[in-house]
Order: sequence, then structure tokens, then C-alpha cells
Amino acid sequence: MNRAWRLLKRRLVGSIPVLLIVVVGSFLLLEAAPGDAVDAYVASVGGDAGMIEALRQSWGLDASPMTRLAAYLWALLHLDLGHSVALSRPVLSVVLERLPNTLLLMGAATALSFFLGTALGIVAGSRPGSLRDRLLSVGSLALYAVPGFWLALVLTIVFSVQLRWLPLAGMETIASGKTGFSRVLDIARHLVLPVTSLGIIYLALYLRMMRAGMAEVWRMDFTLAARARGIGRRRIVWRHVARNALLPLVTMLGLQSAAMLGGSVVIESVFSIPGLGRLAQEAVGARDTPLLIGIILVSAVLVIVINLLVDIAYATLDPRVGASEANA
Amino acid sequence: MSLRRLFRTPEAVAGFAILGCLVLMVLLAPVLFPRDPLSIAGAPLLRPFQDWALPLGTDRLGRDVLAGLFHGARTSLAVGLAAAAASILVGSVIGTVAGFAGGLVDEALMRITDAFQTVPGFLLSLALVSVVGPSLGVVVVAISLSAWTGPARIARAEVLSIRERDYVASARVIGMHPIEIAFREILPNALPPVLALSSVIVAAAILTEAALSFLGLGDPNRVTWGGMIAEGRAVLRSAPFLSIIPGIALVLAVLGVYLAGEGIVESAATRRGNA
Amino acid sequence: MSAPLLGVEGLSKRFSRGGKNFAALDGVGFSIAAGETLALVGPSGSGKSTVARILLRLVEADAGSVHFQGQDLLALRGPALRAVRAKLQMVFQDPQAAFNPRATVARLLDDPLRIHGVVDRSERPKAIAALLARVGLSAELAGRAVHEISGGQRQRVAIARALATRPSLIVLDEAVSALDVLVRADILRLLAELQREQGIAYLFISHDLGAVRAIAHRIAIMDGGRIVEQGAARAVIAAPVSATGKALVAATPELPVSKETVS
Ligand SMILES: Nc1ncnc2c1ncn2[C@@H]1O[C@H](COP(=O)(O)OP(=O)(O)OP(=O)(O)O)[C@@H](O)[C@H]1O
Ligand SMILES: [Mg+2]
Repeated sequence: MNRAWRLLKRRLVGSIPVLLIVVVGSFLLLEAAPGDAVDAYVASVGGDAGMIEALRQSWGLDASPMTRLAAYLWALLHLDLGHSVALSRPVLSVVLERLPNTLLLMGAATALSFFLGTALGIVAGSRPGSLRDRLLSVGSLALYAVPGFWLALVLTIVFSVQLRWLPLAGMETIASGKTGFSRVLDIARHLVLPVTSLGIIYLALYLRMMRAGMAEVWRMDFTLAARARGIGRRRIVWRHVARNALLPLVTMLGLQSAAMLGGSVVIESVFSIPGLGRLAQEAVGARDTPLLIGIILVSAVLVIVINLLVDIAYATLDPRVGASEANA
Repeated sequence: MSLRRLFRTPEAVAGFAILGCLVLMVLLAPVLFPRDPLSIAGAPLLRPFQDWALPLGTDRLGRDVLAGLFHGARTSLAVGLAAAAASILVGSVIGTVAGFAGGLVDEALMRITDAFQTVPGFLLSLALVSVVGPSLGVVVVAISLSAWTGPARIARAEVLSIRERDYVASARVIGMHPIEIAFREILPNALPPVLALSSVIVAAAILTEAALSFLGLGDPNRVTWGGMIAEGRAVLRSAPFLSIIPGIALVLAVLGVYLAGEGIVESAATRRGNA
Repeated sequence: MSAPLLGVEGLSKRFSRGGKNFAALDGVGFSIAAGETLALVGPSGSGKSTVARILLRLVEADAGSVHFQGQDLLALRGPALRAVRAKLQMVFQDPQAAFNPRATVARLLDDPLRIHGVVDRSERPKAIAALLARVGLSAELAGRAVHEISGGQRQRVAIARALATRPSLIVLDEAVSALDVLVRADILRLLAELQREQGIAYLFISHDLGAVRAIAHRIAIMDGGRIVEQGAARAVIAAPVSATGKALVAATPELPVSKETVS
């Protein structure tokens, strides 16, 4: 575990400049937006012209851009992400309130796409060139072409409007008074369609990666050697081919987390799920730039953390990685 | 390259057929539907296949769905191609500079690339459109803002390997200026793998544009497929076709781009194999 | 005696390989007079190409000095360095790898003419044809791509490219090693002819003592990053003193140690 710890430290240090660039970028976007933090604060809390002037001075907004950037960084260090115009509340508390819903959605969608995609990829890749391989490949490409928000609408039309099997929208039945297991079940029923719509593109992605990876491994020497030794096809698929093709997919888990966060904006809007994505859309609607930037910053941190976790998982799965990293 | 090789697989044929239809739609839109597609053409909520003057019916406000589809194809394709071109241009220039200059320049540019990949691209696009205001140009920039990183990374990796080749050394020996070496000797040779990615980038750009329009952040003066889908949501129960039809167009367009792209890449690969 | 065209002193270079740091060059020194050919021979890995790359400023030396036409070559930078490159050229071993795969022969020859402003823009096509003729190629080759001509033709194009800026020294790093015997003899004859006509000096890096004997005036033998023996080419080949030199000569059985050589 010592190795994983060293890796963690290296990656943490490496992510500092990246985060700094994100922060500076955010600052520039904030500056480009009409109005400043005081306008935002006053719009939500209220105040007269004199108070606005006083606030500008005390917040240092009349200072030079460099000083303002420094003040912005200082505030961020104290976990002060500014004030939401539309909601009249500190950005961070709003964001943290919505974060768990998005994490639940993303987690479930990731799990669905990863496991189902990998499994189907193995089915396709265990006999490259076969009919089922071609069908799955074209099918996955078609899925890859489907916009999540449209799939969400079509699924809603079928399963919620026509068949009435699943709820239309929301995270759970409002004021149902459900607790414990029945509440969990209720949330799960609500999440079926959003998770499917969000995960389907990535399902196709994992399927295609797994298939391509397996096709590659099939051609490698040790696989040929195993076949030459007369080891059964099924055993080769599991023991050699699938295992070797799986590792790159684990890295993909981290890389696609940013895209999935972006995708959750539309999906959450379609299903009215009170998560980070829907919050972003609300922020855009209300021209609430501080809130939007806050969401971007938190998302960036989230993506960094997810990638860290994936790296550590990868290092534990593949002993070679950590070793070479430690030497480098 | 020969057409036979390009049309080797049924998938590639389908891809080019779809793209052909799309281009036809783009070209014929102003001929077949000269009227403003945002203007009212008939009674509202006319179902498809009822009136042959309006084959795909009308939306909530009585606008011609088929006309919208044709004109929407223009927006989708224009934004997709422009955003992809911008991303590839910016990405390969940045990747080339990073790979060729090395050292601190490389380090700085790659950290910036990391930063852009850390922020969810769609949120970035959303933020830019929301701050600057929606228009076709802004949408293109917003999409490119998150799409240039892939080409940049690939170009850089390619440049790193080309940089060590003898012909670059030879260019230095004859006294060529480093900028000319980077952009005339190295960049063109680093481009093929980046271009192989272009169909994926075009497809992603079309999807992002649709999602932005769906959220009401597209150019308000143009018909877009995403906007049509969003329009249809209001009457999802009574007239689901209003959301379904433009969605099908979207899926087909993206699929066509993917399939055609795979066809081109594969035929280029076999050509290289034969050579 | 006037200063030599090229004077190299105490050249050292270390590389790290597999975590270990080793000396590829360790105090290499030699000089080349105008119009002279110095052959640099030695076993594989002895550092010959590293010398060439340092002279052409493709690799930076750790220590040592190089004076070329009285200028401190290793101190030059930017435009001054690019200007001096007109007089100091190189021909690589593998011309296929040394040419941009997208270039045509005309472009390859046009580049040095344009960069150093050797002739006016309008004169360049004529100059290109003249260069091709000088290395024994027909002008119709100009429009061809690099992969559309033979290996021998390619090496002639490489020589033409090096000649374009009228250099006073050309470094030839295994420039004839990859060619078949007949083509090699042709190219060696061409090089000798150019030297006679234009007084070009060569640093001729090779494994092939036969080729060296045919073209070189003097010879320097390298081993392990040092020069272990230097002298007149025929004398050294006839009676090498160093162990490396003896081994090299012994390893070249077809070398005709004829009376003519000894006398
Ligand atoms: N860029 C480099 N990094 C690390 N080691 C290098 C590098 N370039 C050369 N070397 C090493 O330096 C030593 C000398 O190499 P060099 O290419 O100069 O030999 P050479 O005499 O030209 O050999 P050959 O006859 O095979 O061409 C070799 O051990 C080589 O591996
Ligand atoms: Mg060498």
C-alpha cells in the first residue's frame, strides 16, 4: 500500500497547477460576465448605492485585476465560492446540497455501462468477425450516436406515458412519507430511466473498447501459444484475453467522468432531478454566473478525485504501473 | 483513393448514403422550403402523413416539421464541421508547439490541456454561451473549447516521435527556421492520426450543439434539431412525434458521420497496407 | 601554417542510458584542412555519429570547442548559427529517412537555395536543374516524390542538397554504407570529383576501410569515445598501431594490401 500512497502523493501534487489553471480560467469567465460579485450579492440580499460602494471597497473589487484574482484565490482557499444571485445563498452550500444526487446518478450509470458494456464486449470479442460480433458492433455504434436527452424522452414516452411502468420525473415521490427500504426502492424506480439514458453512450464505448482490446490480444503471441497448447477457447477468453483487455477500460472510467458530468446536465434537466447538472441549467437560466462557475470548480475537483481513485485502483490491479511510477 | 475500396463494407456504404442525404437536405433546404422555417405554415399539431403539403405535420405553433428538419440539417452540419475544423486546427497547432518546443512551453501547454480536460466540456460550453450569449459563432467556439484537447494530445505525441527523425535534423542542417520546421516539416506529417479522429469530433460536435439547443442555448434565430426536440417536450403526451422525428434525424446524421469516418480510416489503412 | 578549416578540441559528451551515465565522447580532438578528407572510423558505438551530430549542432557537447572557419561554432545561436550552416553541411546514412516523406526532389533542393538566398527566386528552377546535373541526375527527376526514386538517386539528391549552398565542409555519416557496391563506387567518384572542382573538405564517417582508402587523405580511429590513432590514411591502413586499428584492418579481409599501397 506504500506504493499506492506514493502514487497518490505524486498525483495530488501534479493536480495543483491544473486546478490553478481552472481557477484562473473561472476568474476570467467571471470577469467577462456582466456584473460582479457585489451586484450578485445585492441582487439577492438587497442594498442601496452607498452600501454597494462600501461593499465594493471592502471586497476589494475596485482594485486591480491581479489583486482581485488574489482575493478570489484567497476566498477559494477558505472554501468561499461566492454568492449565488438567484438563490440568495452561498454557492458552496447549494452545490454540496445537490452533489449527492448527481453522484448517485453518475455512480449508477457508470456501473451499468461498465459492467454491461464489458460483458457485451466480451461476448462480441470472444469470436471476432462472427455474426454476433458484427451485430453488436454496429448496434453499439448506433447507441453511440443516440443523444442521451433524446433517448431519455423516448424512454419516457414508452415507459412512463404509454406503459406507465415508471415515474415521469423527479428523484423520488414527493411527500410520500416513505422511509427505509421502500424509500430506496422508490428512488431506484425513479432512477431507472435517467441512469439508462446517461449510461447508454458509455455502455457502447466500453463495449467497443473491450471488443477492440480483445481483438488485439487474440493476435498476441501468448494467446497463440495457449491455443497451440490446446487450451480450450472458453478458458483462453477468460484467463488471457478478457483479463488483458480489461485494464485500459479501468483508465477510461476516470477519463469519461468529466464527460459524464457534462451529460448529467441534460439528463437531470429532462427528469427534473435536483442534482448538480440541473443546478447548472438553472444557473444559466437565471444568468447566475457565480453559481455556474462554482459548479464548474466543484466538478473539476470531482473529476480530479475520481481520476485519482481510478489511478490507485489501476495501480493495485496492475503491479507494473506503480513500480515504474515509483522509479520515475 | 478508389471508390471500390471506400465502399468495401456495407457499413461504409450506409454511412456515405446517409451523409449524401444530409448534404442534399442542406443544399435543397432553401429550394424546397424557401419560406422561413420558423414561420407558421398551417394548423398547429397536425399529425404526420395527414396532409401531403405538410408531410411530417406541424408543431405546437403550426410550423412545418419537414421544413424544420431540412433547415435544421444546415445548422447541425455547419456547426459540426466548423467546430471540428476549429478544434483540429487549434489542437494540432498547440500540440505541435508543445511537442516541438518541449521543456517549459510543453509543460505549460500540457497543464492547460489537462485543465480543459478536467472541466466537463459541456459545462464549459454552457458557461461560455451563458456569459457571451447564444449565436452560431459562439456555439461553435463553445464546442471547440472542449474539443481541441484530443487533437492536441495526439498531435503532440506524433510530433514527439517525428521530432527525432533524420529529416527534421536535415532541415536544421540546411538552416531552416524552427517555426518553418514545426509547421512545414513536422505538422503535415503529424496530421494523419489527428484527421483519423475527425469523424468522431464532428459527431460529438453535432451532439453537443443539439444538447445546447435542447437546453435553449442555441442560436435563437435558427431552426435546430435540438431546439425542435425541446419544443416537442411541451406536448410529449399528445404529440410525441414532434420530439421523436428530429431525434431520429440526429441519430442518423451522427451515425452516418461515424460510419463514413470508419470507412475512410479503414480504406486509408488498407491502402497503406498495400503500398 | 594557417588555421585549419575545422579544429575540434577536447570534445566530451555524456549520455544516460538505463539510469546509467556514460561517456559517449571523451576528449575528442582533430582538425581538417580546406579541401581535405578526414575519415573517422571505429567500431559501432564508438561515438562517430555523436561527433557528427555535435559538429552540426544537432546535439550539444558537454565540453570542448569546435572552430570552423575561425568561428567558435559551439557558441553560435539563432540566425548566426543558421547562416554558418550554409558552409557546413551533412549527408545522412539513410536518405529515405533524411527526407520529408511529403517532399518532392525539387522542394528538397529549393529549400537551401531559398533559405540562404543563394540565387534569386526566378533563377531557382535553373539552379535546381544545375544541381541535379552536377550530381549526375536528369532534370526530370525534380517533380518526383522521394519514394519514387532509387536509393542511389536519393543519395545523389542528398549530396545535391548539401552542395546547394556551396559548403566548404560536408560531414558524411555512413553516407555510402547502405548502397550497393557499384552505386557506392559511383558516389565515391562523384565526391572525389566535387572535391577537386570546388575544394570541399569531407569528414567521412565509415566502417568500410575500402571506401576510406579510396577517398580519405587522413584517418582517425575511434574507440570508446576517444581517438586512439590518427595519421595518413594509407599508412594507418597499411600498418595500424592501435589495437582497434589492427582489429579493423584484420576484419576487412578483402582489403587489397597491394604493393601499390605500400610503396
Ligand atoms: N541520444 C542518445 N541518448 C543516449 N545514448 C546515446 C544517444 N546517442 C548516442 N548514444 C550512445 O552513445 C554511444 C555512441 O553512439 P554513436 O551513435 O555516436 O556511435 P557510432 O560510432 O556512430 O556507432 P555506429 O557505427 O553504430 O553508427 C552509443 O553507445 C550510443 O548508444
Ligand atoms: Mg553512427
